[in-house]
Amino acid sequence: MHIIVCIKQVPNTTDVKIDPVKNTLIREGVESIINPFDTYAIEEAVRLKERFTGKVTVVTMGPPQAESALKEAISLGCDEGILVSDRKFAGSDTWATSYTLSCAIKKIGAFDIILCGKQASDGDTAQVGPGISTHLDIPQVTYVKKIEEIKGGLARVERMMEEGYDIVETPIPCLFTVVKEINTPRLPSLKGMMRAKAAKIVQWTAADINSEPKNIGLDGSPTRVVKIFTPAPRKGGEMLKGDAAELAQKVGDLLKDIII
Amino acid sequence: MDYLFNEQQVMVRDLARKIAQEKIKPVAAHYDETEEFAWPIMKILSDSDLFGVYIPEAYGGLGGGITEMCLVTEELSRACGGIALGFAGTGLGTFPILLYGSEEQKKKYLPDIAKGKRLAAFCITEAEAGSDAGGIKTTAKKDGDHYILNGTKQWITNAGEAEVYTVIAMTDKTKGARGASAFIVEKGTKGLEFGLKEKKMGIRASATREVIFTDCKVPKENLISKEGMGFIVAMKTFDNSRPGVAAQAVGIAQGSLDVALEYARKRIQFGQPISSFQAIQHMLADMGTQIEAARALVFATARMVDAGITGVAKDSAMCKLFAGDMAMKVTTDAVQILGGYGYMRDYPAEKYMRDAKITQIYEGTNQIQRNVIAAHMIKESLKASK
Repeated sequence: MHIIVCIKQVPNTTDVKIDPVKNTLIREGVESIINPFDTYAIEEAVRLKERFTGKVTVVTMGPPQAESALKEAISLGCDEGILVSDRKFAGSDTWATSYTLSCAIKKIGAFDIILCGKQASDGDTAQVGPGISTHLDIPQVTYVKKIEEIKGGLARVERMMEEGYDIVETPIPCLFTVVKEINTPRLPSLKGMMRAKAAKIVQWTAADINSEPKNIGLDGSPTRVVKIFTPAPRKGGEMLKGDAAELAQKVGDLLKDIII
Repeated sequence: MDYLFNEQQVMVRDLARKIAQEKIKPVAAHYDETEEFAWPIMKILSDSDLFGVYIPEAYGGLGGGITEMCLVTEELSRACGGIALGFAGTGLGTFPILLYGSEEQKKKYLPDIAKGKRLAAFCITEAEAGSDAGGIKTTAKKDGDHYILNGTKQWITNAGEAEVYTVIAMTDKTKGARGASAFIVEKGTKGLEFGLKEKKMGIRASATREVIFTDCKVPKENLISKEGMGFIVAMKTFDNSRPGVAAQAVGIAQGSLDVALEYARKRIQFGQPISSFQAIQHMLADMGTQIEAARALVFATARMVDAGITGVAKDSAMCKLFAGDMAMKVTTDAVQILGGYGYMRDYPAEKYMRDAKITQIYEGTNQIQRNVIAAHMIKESLKASK
């Protein structure tokens, strides 16, 4: 079984600062890590390999330093890492990113399952996974919390819902985005770390993956960011005091003010 | 302080630290309280390849040495000195095979130990043979292709949990120390049983039991080296393992200092953090300095062993002695810094103090270490004066 995992390197903080002029994330001085949600995709891919035998290829689009994320994935049990990197990709939105990754996946060749984290911790869009499946024209199941069975060209999975879960059966090849309930990611092993140190990461440019120039980077991105801002903190609530009759009166007055 | 570890050693230390801080520290109090053996943690150590750091690559290990073993032991002990013994006690039980085992024995046992599939234990102590190791009463009688073992070993670390036991027994009582031999006994061998789990003051996550041999039939291939080599095997094993005990002591002391430092920064008395008081600062400074001195002794000794320098008995004894006494003092001071909180079992300081005590006692009491050190010093002085 050939499993492809798509990952993203993100800043290690939940408190990302935004450049008020450029409307982009300020990354200076922030350590880079694998998007936490993607670590579940990596773990699930390695578990599928252990269950069914096969190979795990991990791919990311990003600047040259994203190579460290791929090496970390190899230390966790992935076999091969591919870095899709080109200045031409700068400014990609989720549409262009998913297009670019789908081009890279076409170049990788035959696969059975693509796994992605449900969303990235920096952008929080949850669009790249579904975007890839659309560009590749393969089925997708999002928010997967368990891969029950893969047999006879079909995969049966549990999709997490707000209340309970759906059981979904889909033909493979297909794409799953996974939630953190799916597993507990392992720590790296020493042998994995040695393998990662020695691993040669393949680097592909925009030309290598046969991508259309009009579909990549800022030009290929239909999204226009009009304004990014940090919302004002919510005001605290007001505690009303008094006996029942007084309180009823106060609540009534408040409601009147809001409605009128 | 930077000990100029190589890239692989830094990797080993960082991974051990990550596992210790993320996986062991949160459960240390639980295993201390319940005295259960931390199998889930052993699984994590096994999956991360840490059990093999000191085992040659040819037998599935990482090819490191005592330095790597000490790095792992220190980091694990910093989180829990008891859980660390699953690793370090296995090292102690493995050294007889590593140092004196035949090629067949190494091929048979080391790969599983390196993978963490089987834990090991070393059995020498008996009820009447503690510091006086010559008092061993367990016998091994040759019987055709086998040896028949009889006797009871006491306070054996990892007993009952481990699969591989290296045992010192008398093959010829008339020869005294030269009549002892070392054997490998596998769990499941008929006639090998375990006593009740001991209730201990500290390192309570570590399993300590009696190992009882009753007409236990062991194939003659399981004799390590030759008959009569038992004490040499044991003494060389201790020369190699004592830096590990010292590393455990350093780790326990460091763990308690971590707790004391964090507490001192946060605890407000007289309107300011207690870390601003010179009385506390001087205690912290002494603790840090003593830990660093012990660590320097540990890794200097470990480097000597790894470089193949022989005759390290004195150095090995020195690092065990110094680190054990240091750990007792530092962990006691950590309790003092936390005051009433330090004395409460809801806070981690007192556990480090209970765990530290054993490092002055086992693998040769610190009084025995002083005997060893003095004997070597006097011998060296005699030699120099000739």
